Amino acid sequence: MKVINHKVPSVDGLGIMKGRKAYTDDFAERDSLIVKVLRSPHAFAKILSINAEEAKKLEGIEMVLTHKDFKRIPFTRAGQGYPEPSPHDKFVLDEYVRYVGDEVLAVVGQSDAVCEKALNLIDVEYEVLEPILDFQQAMDNDIIIHPEDDIHEMFNIGFKPKQNIAASYHMHIGDVEKTLNECDYSIEETFYTQAQAHVMLEPHTVNARMDFQERLVIYSATQTPFHVRRIISQALEIPMSKLRVIKPRVGGGFGGKQAIHGEMLVAYVTYKTGKPAKMIYTRKEVFESSYSRHPMKLTMRLGADKDGLLKAIDCHVLSDTGAYGEHALTVYMVAGSKVLPLYNKVDSVRFHGHVVYTNHTPAGAFRGYGAIQGNFALESAIDILCHKMDMDPIEFRQKNMIKENETSPIFKIMGEGTEGTAMMMETCKLEECVSRGKDLIHWDDIYPAKDKGDKIRSVGMAIAMQGSGIPLIDMGSATIKLNDDGFYNLMVGATEIGQGSDTVLTQIAAEVLMTDVDHVIIYSSDTDLTPFDVGAYASSTTFVSGNAVYKAAHALKTTMLQEAARIFDVKVEEVSFDGKTFTAKAKSLSLKDFSNEITYSESQKQLQETSSYVGPKSPPPFMAGFIEIEIDKETGEIDICDYVSVVDCGTTINPMLAKGQVDGAIVQGLGMAMFEDVKYSKNGRMISSDLLNYKIPTRLDINKLTTEFVDSYEESGPFGAKSVGEIGIDTPPAALANAIENALGVRMTELPITPEKIIKKLKEKNNEK
Amino acid sequence: MKIKLNINQQIKNFEIEPGDFLLDVLRDAGYMSLRRGCDNTSCGVCTVLLDNRPVPSCSLLALKAQNHQITTVEGIQEEADKLGRYFGDEGADQCGYCNPSMALCVYALKLENKDAKEEDIKKYLVGNLCRCTGYVAQHKAIKRYLGDAS
Amino acid sequence: MNIKTYTAVDSFDEAYRLLKKSKKNKILGGGAWLKLSIKEVDHLISLEKLSLDQIQVNKDYLEIGALASLRDIEINKDILSLDGGILSQAISNIMGITIRNLATIGGSVMGRFSFSDILPALMVMDVELVFHHHKIVDLKTFLSSRDYLLDVLKYIRIKKQDRRSFFKKVSNTPLDFSIINMAITKGDRFNIAIGSQPGLVMLLEETMGFLNKQVKITDQIIEEACDIAIKESNLGNNIRASKAYRETLVRTYLKRGIKQVTS
Repeated sequence: MKVINHKVPSVDGLGIMKGRKAYTDDFAERDSLIVKVLRSPHAFAKILSINAEEAKKLEGIEMVLTHKDFKRIPFTRAGQGYPEPSPHDKFVLDEYVRYVGDEVLAVVGQSDAVCEKALNLIDVEYEVLEPILDFQQAMDNDIIIHPEDDIHEMFNIGFKPKQNIAASYHMHIGDVEKTLNECDYSIEETFYTQAQAHVMLEPHTVNARMDFQERLVIYSATQTPFHVRRIISQALEIPMSKLRVIKPRVGGGFGGKQAIHGEMLVAYVTYKTGKPAKMIYTRKEVFESSYSRHPMKLTMRLGADKDGLLKAIDCHVLSDTGAYGEHALTVYMVAGSKVLPLYNKVDSVRFHGHVVYTNHTPAGAFRGYGAIQGNFALESAIDILCHKMDMDPIEFRQKNMIKENETSPIFKIMGEGTEGTAMMMETCKLEECVSRGKDLIHWDDIYPAKDKGDKIRSVGMAIAMQGSGIPLIDMGSATIKLNDDGFYNLMVGATEIGQGSDTVLTQIAAEVLMTDVDHVIIYSSDTDLTPFDVGAYASSTTFVSGNAVYKAAHALKTTMLQEAARIFDVKVEEVSFDGKTFTAKAKSLSLKDFSNEITYSESQKQLQETSSYVGPKSPPPFMAGFIEIEIDKETGEIDICDYVSVVDCGTTINPMLAKGQVDGAIVQGLGMAMFEDVKYSKNGRMISSDLLNYKIPTRLDINKLTTEFVDSYEESGPFGAKSVGEIGIDTPPAALANAIENALGVRMTELPITPEKIIKKLKEKNNEK
Repeated sequence: MKIKLNINQQIKNFEIEPGDFLLDVLRDAGYMSLRRGCDNTSCGVCTVLLDNRPVPSCSLLALKAQNHQITTVEGIQEEADKLGRYFGDEGADQCGYCNPSMALCVYALKLENKDAKEEDIKKYLVGNLCRCTGYVAQHKAIKRYLGDAS
Repeated sequence: MNIKTYTAVDSFDEAYRLLKKSKKNKILGGGAWLKLSIKEVDHLISLEKLSLDQIQVNKDYLEIGALASLRDIEINKDILSLDGGILSQAISNIMGITIRNLATIGGSVMGRFSFSDILPALMVMDVELVFHHHKIVDLKTFLSSRDYLLDVLKYIRIKKQDRRSFFKKVSNTPLDFSIINMAITKGDRFNIAIGSQPGLVMLLEETMGFLNKQVKITDQIIEEACDIAIKESNLGNNIRASKAYRETLVRTYLKRGIKQVTS
């Protein structure tokens, strides 16, 4: 292959490095009205009255918007396919505020300063209500966070708001209690994972203007432009034909921009006033008022027989979705569906639990999307079981984990919000991933641990899987056209948010058309000009959107061959094309000349093809993650010496960008494992709401990352590719916990695993002795 | 108040309030490569060079920048191009939001210590956060860029 | 930021006069912490015309101007030669290069931040502050009184010494504020300071007194010293760590620090 699996620099990195205008706010109209939101100081309250008369009189203030200005139409902010698996439990503005940071009202003015002034002049009277701040107390609590009757689910997701339940799900195969009773060894442990913040460097940004066709044109830093268009149309009752959503360069998303944020209010302001408007979230608003990762409590029970065969897995989950139910069911289900099939030889499995409302910042989509939480619990539990059985944890996994050409009944039962799809693992190189990773980290030289005086060096590992798009639901499409001069435009709905999708999709088209990436110019994510795509989530871009590009490029090649045949006056089978020249018998025609002739000279027509793709299945990528740490015996401080990742993602369309995806995800996973922590005061106010108090991994925290890809070719994927966007984040928490157990003999079950917690547990253990 | 600022070797006039920060003044004037990432000087995204030294433009009062040489990435296009090509080669560019400020800092590092080793690079750039790449590919690219200079 | 007037003064007198005039008048350091500390200033006073950004070497001491940037101090070779480079080491841990290019030593000292990494290092060196009105004050006196806050800091003088030293900052990540920090110098006497307790830095005088009485520093003596240190310090809880964990850290690093400076 000429372009696929070759080192190809991104098609857009250079211009960005050089400082070209690229991101959403770079395109805001200069005279945009500023929209500033007054955010609730209370975790739960009812707005009794709003007196904004003084504020409205201020010069420079255009309007003040309250819940009285909007028709009561419930929607979900979650950027998901319609009908969404998230409850429609949000209004543009409501008379209840349900978390500290929730929208109370909005002022619209000519500058930040005058808006600040106006906010200070507004009096809001609240009836402060008692909040629910402990998700373990939420279910069936007397306090009801969503008492309103005009909210609903779109289809059955177990939505019971009067019990503070946003969603529930239960599945079982076989009889897990019976199997556990019969097992020679069984363990039970409860794990807690925390809320993590995305900290994408570009804060949420949106701006809007009316164009000369009297249409509302929105620039938004979003992962899901088409969903944004639909949800705004439905909630504000603006005909969708009057809306255009364009996604410029996005400065990181990781799931945190897979929803509606400021778009609703900004769209309304511009549509109502005819004037351009914009909103940029402060970093505090990004922390408090966008999303965090769903915190979960996971109780794992595992059972095995004395031959080391895993027989039963029982997983109970309680998930905290915060004040609104975006992504509630789906993240919770992925904690099971993208984790439990790893051990497919069990006799019985059960996955059950609930997702509850609390008065916290809403939880939403975040890379890994439940799989990182589920992986921490399962992969930690596996090591606990191995210790009990005195069995080597790698040997145990090699005996029990899923392999190529195997399947798991869970694939058919559990999808993402709905039933799943049965699928055979046509590619699953977990065995190679594990053995290669073991070598790379010199496992046998270190396992379980080596004493180094003040410190102990140890290793730990975990395996993981994810998905490649949501089968039968996620659709992507692509349009390719031939220009005069012999180059192509590729239009895709797929959403580049820094993960390299523009580059990867260009490579796929270029390979099919046998040209280089300089001859394929990509334009993405414009609801007017690019065909539909669900957006950048569920690791769908390479597999789903890539397949659409593959099909479209082939269709265009076929059309070009037919036209060339007509020009040569031969049968189409007699024409050959090498990317630059058409030849038939003795005749030849360069692509350049061909394109000019078909544009200007004779039988002129625009050659253009559009194709769509929906996956009948979602072939999972797999990986094995290994960590080598040095831990200080007295303080618990940890140095990460190396993190080895060996990944099966099918073909790496762009090996450098694929490595970047894994590396970046590993570091986010390490942050979640070691110190990232969304913290609240006892009144429910987020206290880790700036970058001085919420820390992400720095350059000095990362010593070495060793990332490799195994040879793998997935037939159903474009040029054999699966996906690689999320899988990297899943293994670090369990790998770290397992390494710490190997070093110090203590089992950490609560994330983040901080040095303080380690020392506390070590002291408890020593006191018990 | 009226001030004159020397930006990328050009003297420009500005009408500002004493409390205006350089980041907002320059962005309003069309220097879109300068961006904001946080509320309190903790991310590195807004870095600008003042007399070839990296400083956070979100916390530098515009009037304090008078009588100094301000450099944005628009003023070091050749260097940014070089670094950008190495980034592309190493797959070190993802969302790019931190890249223009990195170009400025790496250029400043080159002026200060072109023989910088990996540890030196990490320490010099530790205040420039990146959430996308996990850092490793960036350091490879930067080493090659610096290697060109020595 | 709301600033009504900005004046680059021509003399220390003028600065002092303006400062005393109103509580809403402030002297500008580098401005690194400006966004965190205050929302509104009536009169922002700049000392930029008064040549306070130099580091001068005199016979017995180094004299650092209050407007010298943290970065300039960090890489200065004369500073590096003081007490094993402890001040440079402390400064190099502070956030990133961009902040250190902007922040000034004057701002850091006058700010009296409890999370300061600089103050513990300065506490174990021989440091005098030169003010416009109050003239010369030692660091310890300055920190224990509010008398100097409405004065203009001109210079920081550090006695030229090169003793054994130890500095440790414990934090979640290299960019985070410290959970605890500790500085030790030892010439013929021990000097030990801890900061970020989470409260303001303090000199561990009882611990120092105990150690300075000893003929030989044994493991037993070190353990006793740690006991005394934990008792006399003001360790407490905050968002970053609990009191109990801080005690563990003080115990561990005091032990390692004493060993390092006596090895």
